[in-house]
Amino acid sequence: MATLRQLRTRVASITNIQSVTNAMQLVAAARMRRAQEAIAAARPYAQQLDRVLQRLSSMESLSHPLMIERAVDRTALIVLTSDRGLCGSFNTNSCRHAFNDMSPDDGILAVGRKGRSFFRNRNCEILNDYEDVFRDLSFASAITIAEDAVNRFLSGDVDRVMLIYNTFVSVAQQQPVSEQLLPIAPREGEAAGVYLFEPSPEVLLETLVPRHVNFQVWRALLESNAGEQAARMRAMDNATKNAGDVIEELTREMNKERQSSITLELMDIIGGAEAVAQ
Amino acid sequence: MATFQLDIVTPEKTVYSGEIEHFQAPGVDGSFGVLARHQPLLAALGIGRVGFREADGTERTLAISGGFANVSGDGATILAEAAEFGDEIDIERARAARDRAQERLDKRTPDVDVERAQAALGRAFMRLRVSGVE
Repeated sequence: MATLRQLRTRVASITNIQSVTNAMQLVAAARMRRAQEAIAAARPYAQQLDRVLQRLSSMESLSHPLMIERAVDRTALIVLTSDRGLCGSFNTNSCRHAFNDMSPDDGILAVGRKGRSFFRNRNCEILNDYEDVFRDLSFASAITIAEDAVNRFLSGDVDRVMLIYNTFVSVAQQQPVSEQLLPIAPREGEAAGVYLFEPSPEVLLETLVPRHVNFQVWRALLESNAGEQAARMRAMDNATKNAGDVIEELTREMNKERQSSITLELMDIIGGAEAVAQ
Repeated sequence: MATFQLDIVTPEKTVYSGEIEHFQAPGVDGSFGVLARHQPLLAALGIGRVGFREADGTERTLAISGGFANVSGDGATILAEAAEFGDEIDIERARAARDRAQERLDKRTPDVDVERAQAALGRAFMRLRVSGVE
């Protein structure tokens, strides 16, 4: 049985933990809102880019090096994780998802520290890694990662590039998904009608394709970021609640302890008083 | 004068959305202008300056880093990976970027990606021009 003093110290330290987890929850909630706004802000661009892609896909003769499929000997997996922990099973989910689909020859492009250490511990080949992408998320990071992937694909180092990340389904749910980034999957085109292509469909495709790849990476980064904050928010919410439960439990024990010590003292006094009276 | 809807969008935000009379965009083969009721058009844009006149006659310019102009019956959209109005441009940063790119091009060490450095230089120049300082 712990002493009264020990119990008091434990309650004090758990109260501290509780205020930290509570603060982290609030911070994660604010970041999540911002991340959701960023997803919404990217939507008009996504729709327009999609329309351009559809217009061009309706031209049959068009082809681009990044659209050509070849036999897959080796795949690069871009795995998005967070740099920091305390976000529940968020990182494990995307890493496991990637790890299960992997064959021994495949390489990893790790975005986020957690993913890098996951695959390093399992002796997978890490082609490149990126840190601190999410702290100040900007489109430039998406371009850097996308260009890295494109170069590896074009040089023949890898025959396919997959993108594995957690999608933000809702605050309570993040779903790990894997999408093929390269080669770009062919798309059903809509009839273009009378459309002027300036200067030519070929040049337009040349302009479009790298931007399409950049944007796919950007979208994944945004989703993953929102998902991370949501996961952290929930993990910290649980931690705060658990700390509350523990404090309640300890307080009860503390009261019991105090009461029994008072009872003991009383018995002593009564015993002493009786001895004097006799 | 007839007006039409123009949206300028980037992956990070919608930079502009409004009724305009006319816009001018840097096509890869040269600058071109678009008025209301233009034929449907899909054009590739280079690094350069987009200018437009709003319905109330205000003229505005912004720098873009290349992208597309998509003109259809229900209005026009300009897609760019980056777009900034002249008064939003961070002049110090643009100058620093220009100097950095220039330095890389001057040195020409083997690890310098000339194409990328030239593109960076072009973007920096454009941003300085649109901001009106040089």
